[in-house]
Amino acid sequence: MQITVTVNGESHTRDVEPRLLLVHFLRNDLGLTGTHWGCDTSNCGVCTVTLDGVPVKSCTVLAVMADGKQVGTVEGMERADGLDPVQQGFVQCHGLQCGFCTPGMMLTARCLLDKNPDPSEQEIREAISGQICRCTGYENIVRSVRWAAEHEAAAKAEVTS
Amino acid sequence: MQVPAAFEYAKATSVTQTLDLLAQWGEDARVIAGGHSLIPMMKLRLARPTALIDINDVDELSYIKVEGGELRIGALTRHAELLESALVEEHYRIFRDAERVIADPIVRNRGTVGGSLCQADPAEDLSAAFAAVGASVVIQGARGSRTVPLTEFHVGPYETVVEAGELLTEVRVPIRPGGGSAYVKVERRVGDWAVAAAGAALWTSSEGTVSNVGIGLAAVGAEHFRAAEAEVYLVGKPATEESFAEAGRIAAQHSNPVADQRGPVDYKRHLAGELTVRALRAAAARARGQEA
Repeated sequence: MQITVTVNGESHTRDVEPRLLLVHFLRNDLGLTGTHWGCDTSNCGVCTVTLDGVPVKSCTVLAVMADGKQVGTVEGMERADGLDPVQQGFVQCHGLQCGFCTPGMMLTARCLLDKNPDPSEQEIREAISGQICRCTGYENIVRSVRWAAEHEAAAKAEVTS
Repeated sequence: MQVPAAFEYAKATSVTQTLDLLAQWGEDARVIAGGHSLIPMMKLRLARPTALIDINDVDELSYIKVEGGELRIGALTRHAELLESALVEEHYRIFRDAERVIADPIVRNRGTVGGSLCQADPAEDLSAAFAAVGASVVIQGARGSRTVPLTEFHVGPYETVVEAGELLTEVRVPIRPGGGSAYVKVERRVGDWAVAAAGAALWTSSEGTVSNVGIGLAAVGAEHFRAAEAEVYLVGKPATEESFAEAGRIAAQHSNPVADQRGPVDYKRHLAGELTVRALRAAAARARGQEA
């Protein structure tokens, strides 16, 4: 069936089988391989994308369910003036090792900061608790998100002063 | 790669349309919302529905409100919405306790209250929580709607009284002021199904005796997710540690867990008793207005 999905602000129309999973639609049909495909059982969270602004595991969403909806992937994180502060945080604090969980971790972090600009370490750990870092690099992931929170707060203060 | 078998698909935007599609596609069609149980089962070919009716856009089923002295929760309410609802928290703190330990935050963004109940997994936390607070569910079909108490909703593991052509639309919880409620769970790791879990809702009289109580149990083979014998014992007893310990003993005695990778029978039975005590203790403290 024909679906139209807006991914990172760009509209894509494709003919797909109803059983096609969103993760494979993004990777194979649209070539957006920044979204990774891991456990296939909604445990590991590497396939996390946003659906109408909310993080979801795209291995457990059908592409047809995204018809008419907004999907956000890691490819859409960068801003006009450079990397998203979350991405910068991951660079600055060594928030990735192998990089497999990174796109999902960064998208979840972005959604967390949009709702809660100053999360505690515990709140960050809870927000990413549905995602597995196979390098076990959680300490630095948490630091990266805190870095982003602090730098966003500082940037906002600069604008208003 | 895990791929489901092929199926027909349609997106419904109303309850009426959903019921029409269910009638049209017959008993091998399934309703899908969050899909976090159904899609994995389809990938493993444990489920092979011939058609899926997507109800994610049936907005009329997405609400939390108070009406007719009841908390009314639409079937399409996401776990995350139940977790964050101030209205729910005001009346029944058991739900925030339970939702915090159901799956993980990303799955909770997608999974729904109605889907969890209809999946009827024996370890489903919401089934135990709703059993504890005396909930009932509204089921709609082509011939109208019926209301079923949660204690009559489950037929067995993964089986409910919802028939082909019917749709669970709402969960209702009677509001009874002056009580307290709580949920406690032991899990192997964050996001896992319960090894065992217990929920309690408790009301006391001015003399400090238990006037009304509900106890729900998950993953320990309790009939209808409920520790009915322990409830009967507690009514009229003083709301004390001694009474709770005896209620826990009764709940453990009447539980019927099975050994699996999450633990042996004796361990799960021990948890059924201990978690019943902890849930009652926390519920009683909250009924007294104390933090727990």
